[in-house]
Amino acid sequence: MLRLGCGAGFSSDRLEPAIDLAEKGALDYLVFETIGERTLAFGHRDRQLDPKRGYNPQLGARMRGTLAGCKRNGTRIVTNMGVANVGAAAEVVIEVARSQGLDGVTVAAIEGDDVSDLIGPDTILFDNHGKTVAEVGRPVVGANVYLGIDAIMPGLESGADVVITGRVADPSLFLSPLVHRYGWQRDDWQKLGQGTLVGHLLECGMQITGGYFADPGRKDVPRLADCGYPIAEVDERGNCVITKLADAGGMVTPRTVKEQLMYEVHDPTAYLTPDVTADFSGVTVQESGRDRVAVANGTGRKRPDKLKVTVGFDGGFFGEAGVSYAGPNATARAALARDILRDRLAHRPGFTSLRIDLIGINSLHATAHGPRAESADVRVHAAMRSASRDDVATMLWEVESLLCCGPAGGGGYRGQITPSVITHSALIDRDAVRPSVKVFRA
Amino acid sequence: MSRRIKLHEIAHARAGDKGNTSNVSVWVYDAGDYPLLKEQLTPERIKAAYPDLIRGAIKRYTLDHLHGLNFVMSDALEGGVNTSLGLDSHGKSWSFLVLDLDIEVPENRAG
Repeated sequence: MLRLGCGAGFSSDRLEPAIDLAEKGALDYLVFETIGERTLAFGHRDRQLDPKRGYNPQLGARMRGTLAGCKRNGTRIVTNMGVANVGAAAEVVIEVARSQGLDGVTVAAIEGDDVSDLIGPDTILFDNHGKTVAEVGRPVVGANVYLGIDAIMPGLESGADVVITGRVADPSLFLSPLVHRYGWQRDDWQKLGQGTLVGHLLECGMQITGGYFADPGRKDVPRLADCGYPIAEVDERGNCVITKLADAGGMVTPRTVKEQLMYEVHDPTAYLTPDVTADFSGVTVQESGRDRVAVANGTGRKRPDKLKVTVGFDGGFFGEAGVSYAGPNATARAALARDILRDRLAHRPGFTSLRIDLIGINSLHATAHGPRAESADVRVHAAMRSASRDDVATMLWEVESLLCCGPAGGGGYRGQITPSVITHSALIDRDAVRPSVKVFRA
Repeated sequence: MSRRIKLHEIAHARAGDKGNTSNVSVWVYDAGDYPLLKEQLTPERIKAAYPDLIRGAIKRYTLDHLHGLNFVMSDALEGGVNTSLGLDSHGKSWSFLVLDLDIEVPENRAG
């Protein structure tokens, strides 16, 4: 039996329950999954601002919290916290190891996901109505291919305590330890499909132990504030039980597992990764004890010939700003503020993308249906993206100025400007990709 | 005879995103409600309810043995997470758009 734990399901996921897993999980592997389309874009942005950054901002904190416990308990770490700067990330892990007296800790850095040199002006973006890179009309700031187990395995085979990557398919982070332990053939599509299922279920962390699930009165979750990260006990055929630490909050039930089974899945018979075309359509989900759910019957077919690439483009600057209205007639005053902003800004060149929502009235489902009801607590929220930082700053200034020259009783101004990256997707030939591994020692 | 209730009363759901495509999976609490979910919650129904938000095609996949449906909605995220100017650029809350739809259940249904 192999025990896999997940210590992060996204970039900003919680630290404390990961420390619990490192200390008490009796794990063979602890995996931190922290890259999304959004956070990869942030990685490129951070590296542009500082060549020594671009890895996960919580890497140092996570390693300080878990590395010693993992080393003591014989748990190896696999993570994509390298994001857009794997080499710099490996050095951070080495520094943490040295600072904690963990001499001899080894880190395998998996690179080769940066395929900027394979993306040209004529590259087709399949998610952008078939337009080419050139037709986007913005500078490319990065292009990362989804690597798979072929890239990660050499890191595991090196014996490294920590294997750190950039962009890899999320399930591959979990599948690679299974292939390493059980010696599954690289064309055993059934087992690779089932192992990919295990990875898919774990990769979003607490989304399978009660997170992103609670709906008071309908779906209550015990002690959600102390929710624990998931553990999978996986046998040599890939069959698994999803569970958690007994003293952690949250829960594992067939309902939490089913919701995660289809999370970000399109066709359940064809979940594409670099490793396999996984088929989740016949998966069985059976409660086998308290906070224990058995998952089996995932399978798969031959892996795709092409690999997916996320291409990041300079998106200029993103700015957002808000001001709030409360009490009697708040909705009308907020709506007046919105109309004033439109009058003052929308006619100017460069402000055509300005979007204004009323938080409390229509901010989330605004374009889905009309406003619902009055609210006594409404926030005007303006957002825009522009190549011109000055234009974005002008928008913030106009929102702040509403305090003195907008409707009555407006308060609580906040505004911020951040550099922005826009992403699209392309496909490239698998054979063109050359992953590499480099081992560092503390 | 039948009566209308919110889908939220008989089902739970989860939303996810890839690029400008949103998917929402919908699961009945009670397996006995699955046939009426499958009959009434069609792609056409969702598209008709939210035409301005969900601009592309909607495809439905069924998981009969797990009593769930998976809706894949293209051009449904105002450009996607790195492009949209909306507050919920992932469409994390789209699950509750679907659960807000009405569903007809038999008058004598318990609960």
